[in-house]
Amino acid sequence: MTGTVEIRNVVKRFGKVEAVRDVSFSLPEGETVALVGHNGAGKTTLMKLMLGLIRPTGGSIKVLGDDPAAGQFEARRRLGYLPENVSFNTALTGHETLAFYARLKREPGKSVAPLLERVGLTHAASRRVGTYSKGMRQRLGLAQALLGEPRVLLLDEPTTGLDPALRQSFYEIVEELRGRGATVLLSSHALTEIEERAGRVLIMNRGIKVADGTLDELRRIARLPTRIRLKVTDAGLTNVPNWLGPVEGWRRVNGHMVEIDASPERKIEVLRRATDEGAPVEDLDVVPPTLDELYAHFLLSQETAR
Amino acid sequence: MRNILIVARKEIQEGLRNRWVLATTLLLAGLALSLTFLGSAPTGTVGVRALDVVIVSLSSLTIFLVPLIALLISHDAIVGEMERGTMLLLLSYPVGRWQVLLGKFIGHLSILAFATLLGYGAAAGALAATGAEIDAESWIAFASMIGSSILLGAAFIAVGYLVSALVRERGTAGGIAVGIWLVFVLIYDMALLGMLVVDQGRTLSGGFLNALLLLNPADAYRLFNLTGTAGVSAFSGMAGVAQTATLGPYPLLAALAAWTLVPLGLAALAFSRREL
Repeated sequence: MTGTVEIRNVVKRFGKVEAVRDVSFSLPEGETVALVGHNGAGKTTLMKLMLGLIRPTGGSIKVLGDDPAAGQFEARRRLGYLPENVSFNTALTGHETLAFYARLKREPGKSVAPLLERVGLTHAASRRVGTYSKGMRQRLGLAQALLGEPRVLLLDEPTTGLDPALRQSFYEIVEELRGRGATVLLSSHALTEIEERAGRVLIMNRGIKVADGTLDELRRIARLPTRIRLKVTDAGLTNVPNWLGPVEGWRRVNGHMVEIDASPERKIEVLRRATDEGAPVEDLDVVPPTLDELYAHFLLSQETAR
Repeated sequence: MRNILIVARKEIQEGLRNRWVLATTLLLAGLALSLTFLGSAPTGTVGVRALDVVIVSLSSLTIFLVPLIALLISHDAIVGEMERGTMLLLLSYPVGRWQVLLGKFIGHLSILAFATLLGYGAAAGALAATGAEIDAESWIAFASMIGSSILLGAAFIAVGYLVSALVRERGTAGGIAVGIWLVFVLIYDMALLGMLVVDQGRTLSGGFLNALLLLNPADAYRLFNLTGTAGVSAFSGMAGVAQTATLGPYPLLAALAAWTLVPLGLAALAFSRREL
């Protein structure tokens, strides 16, 4: 399968530091992929490699069929990039700034105003960028990344500095582009935020790709326990093992709650017992492992493997 | 080509917005006008070659001021944009690094050319308006003075870019730019003079001296303007030099052009190899 972005055995060294070590993956059309990792895990380096801003020490990169570092600009016209901590020249207005970038992408000048409208900057279009708040600058950054209907969007920490309402509309815009067949690569620290949006997750640690798959796949690989929370009546609390059966790893929380960490194969059994007739259970919640927990798990298993 | 012009246009737009253009033009015009009227006091208003006097004083001013302005606007061009993070975004666009550099060069040079043309032109215009008689030869000398001033600016813009492409921090670029200005504008000539005095004409040949003068764009500019025409060199006290100097105007212009093209080429090379 060939995707819009192909990364094969890519290595990048900065002096003695290996920022990316033998990473391979492929990003298909119409998918949102989350790139997750600590600071310094190699996320930004990977994006810069895909943009051709730096050259790989080894391996090959293809973006929309081109080698990005070879100086072919055709692919870059269909590529949107939002850098971490985006900055603009402060002397120009929002409209002038966006018009400049539009000209570089050979987009007509009339595409600027609708884009500003879309990110909610119409009221500030004729103000200098120097007067913008962090959130407004981030919105302008998003607007420039959306210029020219990009087929590949690389977004480095896109929602830092955005308030919750804007975050929502930001993800709506991204989802719309994805629906039209764009590849979206998104790096973030806010894992809970990504969890609902990304179809696939790439976990990086110290330049190594430690996990790659959909959330479900990763959950299966990680075999993390599912947390089951039961609200139990007073009578039930005194003899939990009687009705729940021999379950290890249960504990009482907040008086009336019983929490069980159920391994994947015991999960159904525990649920059956808890919902059995006569079980003193008033309510229950099932919480699958979150991306946070998965992330911690994969990092830990990679660290111990070293 | 289109990319170069897009970048150049943005550079000019920024220059207009942050008042670089205005400040430079006013500074050059102000100094040129005061030199024109104060400088003509010793020759009096009956001096037939009023414009030649202006050329002499303006070209001396240019040697100090134009390299300084050129280095001020250029030393920050690459390293500054990198530090602010704007370069990262710009280079992710379909534009080559050499196009960015050339676009900036055209933009900055246009700003400098505009300021020089307007500032110095104001002086000549004012002189003509006061009724001074100016002959064609003086006009040609004046025009070539403006042209070579712009060329001198181009050389120092290119040198500033080279510094900007090589260093890691803005502060370093600023320091080196000041150093370059001091060396080329002040120290070089003093060292040259000192060397000649010590040597007393025993070992240093005229050819060697010529080569040393070509190695400094400011000296090439000075020689070009002060010895270029008979009228001007008489006023500048350089008549003696003009007779003995074997350098015609063309080698001097070629030296200025080389001082522009070589640093610009090296800057493009250094910039293309830089990692962001």
